[in-house]
Amino acid sequence: MQANAFFFWIFAPVLVASAFAVIFARNPVHSVLFLILSFVCAAGLFLLMGAEFLAMILVVVYVGAVAVLFLFIVMLLDVDFARLRQGFVQYLPQGLLIALVVAIELIYVVSGLGPSHRAAPPATPVSAISNTAALGEVLYTRYFYFFQTAGMILLTAMIGAIVLTLHHKPGVKRQDVGAQVARDPETAVEVRKVASRAGI
Amino acid sequence: MGVDLTHYLTLAAIVFTIGVAGIILNHKNIIIILMSVELILLSVNINLVAFSSFSGDLTGQAFALFILTVAAAESAIGLAILVAYYRNRGSIAVEDINSLKG
Amino acid sequence: MYELIVFLPLLGFLIAGVFGRWIGARGAEYVTCSLLGVCFVLSWIAFVMVAGGADAHVAIGNWFTSGKLVASWALRIDTLTAVMLVVVTTVSFLVHVYSIGYMSDDPSRPRFFAYLSLFTFAMLMLVTADNLVQLFFGWEGVGLMSYLLIGFWYDRPSANAAAIKAFVVNRVGDFGFSLGIFLTYYLTGSIAFDQVFAAAPGLVGKTVHFIGFNWDALTLACLLLFMGAMGKSAQFLLHTWLPDAMEGPTPVSALIHAATMVTAGVFMVARLSPLFELSPAALSVVTIVGGTTAFFAATVAGVQMDIKKVVAYSTCSQLGYMFVGLGVGGYSLGIFHLFTHAFFKGLLFLCCGSVIIAMHHEQDMRAMGGLRKELPVTFWTMMAGALALSAVGIPFTSIGFAGFVSKDPIIEAAFVSHRFGAMYAFLCADIAAGLTAFYTWRLMFMTFFGKRGDWSASLPSAEHGHDHGDHPVRESPLVMLVPLVVLALGATFAGMAFRHLFVGGGHDGFWRNSLFLGQENNILERMETAPWLVSVSPTLAMLIGTGIAYYMYMVDRTAPQRLAAEFPALYRFLLNKWYFDELYDFLFVRPAFAVGRFFWKGGDGAVIDGFGPDGVSARVLDVARGAVKLQTGYVYHYAFAMLLGAAALTTWYLFGGVTR
Repeated sequence: MQANAFFFWIFAPVLVASAFAVIFARNPVHSVLFLILSFVCAAGLFLLMGAEFLAMILVVVYVGAVAVLFLFIVMLLDVDFARLRQGFVQYLPQGLLIALVVAIELIYVVSGLGPSHRAAPPATPVSAISNTAALGEVLYTRYFYFFQTAGMILLTAMIGAIVLTLHHKPGVKRQDVGAQVARDPETAVEVRKVASRAGI
Repeated sequence: MGVDLTHYLTLAAIVFTIGVAGIILNHKNIIIILMSVELILLSVNINLVAFSSFSGDLTGQAFALFILTVAAAESAIGLAILVAYYRNRGSIAVEDINSLKG
Repeated sequence: MYELIVFLPLLGFLIAGVFGRWIGARGAEYVTCSLLGVCFVLSWIAFVMVAGGADAHVAIGNWFTSGKLVASWALRIDTLTAVMLVVVTTVSFLVHVYSIGYMSDDPSRPRFFAYLSLFTFAMLMLVTADNLVQLFFGWEGVGLMSYLLIGFWYDRPSANAAAIKAFVVNRVGDFGFSLGIFLTYYLTGSIAFDQVFAAAPGLVGKTVHFIGFNWDALTLACLLLFMGAMGKSAQFLLHTWLPDAMEGPTPVSALIHAATMVTAGVFMVARLSPLFELSPAALSVVTIVGGTTAFFAATVAGVQMDIKKVVAYSTCSQLGYMFVGLGVGGYSLGIFHLFTHAFFKGLLFLCCGSVIIAMHHEQDMRAMGGLRKELPVTFWTMMAGALALSAVGIPFTSIGFAGFVSKDPIIEAAFVSHRFGAMYAFLCADIAAGLTAFYTWRLMFMTFFGKRGDWSASLPSAEHGHDHGDHPVRESPLVMLVPLVVLALGATFAGMAFRHLFVGGGHDGFWRNSLFLGQENNILERMETAPWLVSVSPTLAMLIGTGIAYYMYMVDRTAPQRLAAEFPALYRFLLNKWYFDELYDFLFVRPAFAVGRFFWKGGDGAVIDGFGPDGVSARVLDVARGAVKLQTGYVYHYAFAMLLGAAALTTWYLFGGVTR
């Protein structure tokens, strides 16, 4: 329990701080890096809560794929971020106010639940199988349809990303296998009678 | 002091708030907006896993997995759109995207 | 036969009106003229039959029955009807024939002839009516046709305005007429003439309460009915429409505004003689109004420059004479003057038309002069009409032109009558006789004598470009001249020929029951006992008037202008028709327009439109304009709005209704 609390109080503030840094950072690359830090802290928190599979997946997918993608884009697009920062102060008061209101309300609700629930977090699951195995048991049976749907969503995303960004450069030679295979002798070959010692 | 459910939920609430504030404050910067959305999704994940762990039901974690999936897909598409937009306009200044103005 | 007389003109209207485009203008002319020719012949036959004693009653059908009120279509043929039939069909037929020539270059001839026939039908319905409602049908019908024919050339705004003026002023009279019909029904329980006349003696002395006063019932009814006659016959106060009605084509003026429609009022009073005879007060009013009209119109006629306007005011004045004749109890005198007036006034108008056509539609007398050499037939026929109008004849005999034979008895009767107002009417009529001669000969001298251009110095518009020397002045075609000759014969001889029947010894045998004379009404006998000076006075007045006209318009041609310059106020007063138009404009027209404008702009525009369609649409636009401001096109604005909404909902749920 002590270790739990100790690590919680390390990970949680860092998470909050890096979240702040994401939105307030000047350099977008810094924002992405701070986002990565947030994800890593969250992964740590998941570990504390006994969801190690999810924690690892967070690192692999979120940090390894999504955040890297963000980095890609930030570096790819030549954007004048300084100009984009100009709108920052415009809605500062309203934004902070709304955020504050939302935060207060959420915490108000959340704190109403606190005392009535059990105090001790079961850090480790009582069962013998690992979290991953347990997750697997649930995922492929009870939540199979959701699982399949998630697959479809990923497929859609993949196709969508390709459709949106793929563009053929004009003038680039490439194979059109379908056309090659569909050639037939009637159109491909033209037989000419050539007299000897004459040309075409 | 014991860290109980409330702490995790409060933490999630704070991160959620930061994400929302990020959207409002950085309204001109698409990439920061997308990152704020990721923060919001992260806070939801923390919520779900906390509930799952404190009630012993794995449903929360399964759901967190799905949310992860969807978040990944959504970022991919969002960024793809951004790239396509950048290709057409040459910049990602969102103040130009007001064709729906009534 | 009587149905034919009444309905053949209707058939002519239908054929010419509906099929005018197919049968063409010539076809329309032939159809309507021949149908009216048949009517003309039939009505003279009818006249002879009825004069011989053959009254008739032809029932056609039931119009409507509502409770006790029964209105049926029926033709009442007695002497009065027969006289009117002859007048109407004769003049109408001659006008139809004349119009073939007068309107020969008008593109809408089928419409014109259709209107003329329909008018004739309405007038015939009026005179053959057997009940008040049928009379009113004819009354309104002729009013409508007057409107349509005055405004025949509807592309002229002045014609349209004149048509509306005629209709509206008539309407004022018709309002009184309607009230009179209602009162008659209220008093007698019926509107059919037979029942009303039978019930009339029983109503003597009855009073009726109306607008806060107790009136003698019969007097009130007769006064209201007379109000209609005032409007229709252009008597003093409701006369303003008649001069403006000259905007219509001249045949229209001849038919409607000289011979027939305007005499409907006279006819109506004569027809209702059983009622009027029992109300001396009403007859006094009739006399006074008639006398005033005779004098007033004659004064204005003397200064008019438009040839048609002179004749129009003359008509107005002569109608006043007819009412004087009716008012003093001599109903046959009034009808006789109506009869002769139809001939000579119709003749005068048609001759004016002939002059106007010859002068290429120039109507101002100042552009005329010396026309007697160029238009001989027109000149001599118009001379006959002028002699008739100015009542030239030998006093103490019945030898003279038609106007003399019919007008002088009226003046004598006015003198001897004991009716209140009769002496006033006598003075008016006598002086008017002199004025009549004056303006008549003024017209003749200015138009036919002297030479062209004698009076053109005072023409208002510089007619330099309109040099009549270029256009030859030719006599009218035969189709126009023959009606003139026929009417001229009537104007000359009709008085002498029919005097015996109408006002002479054959009076009782001729009229029989169609004109009711009370017990004390012996005006026709007493008229013979008038002092010799009275009998001579109209002729004297006529000679004086003629002499003055001769001096001013033949001998010393600068006299009119000098006289006008010496009495400018009086001249302007007469020239502006005693300022009646201006007075009515101030009293009635302007307030009416102001009320209308108030209701239109204020009521209809601001209130109804403002709260209704316009208001609703404007509010919708306002709301939409406000709502549009939310549509900025920026997604982050929308996201912000969503967030705000979510926060608000959450707050509401937390602190609002949802229980924990």
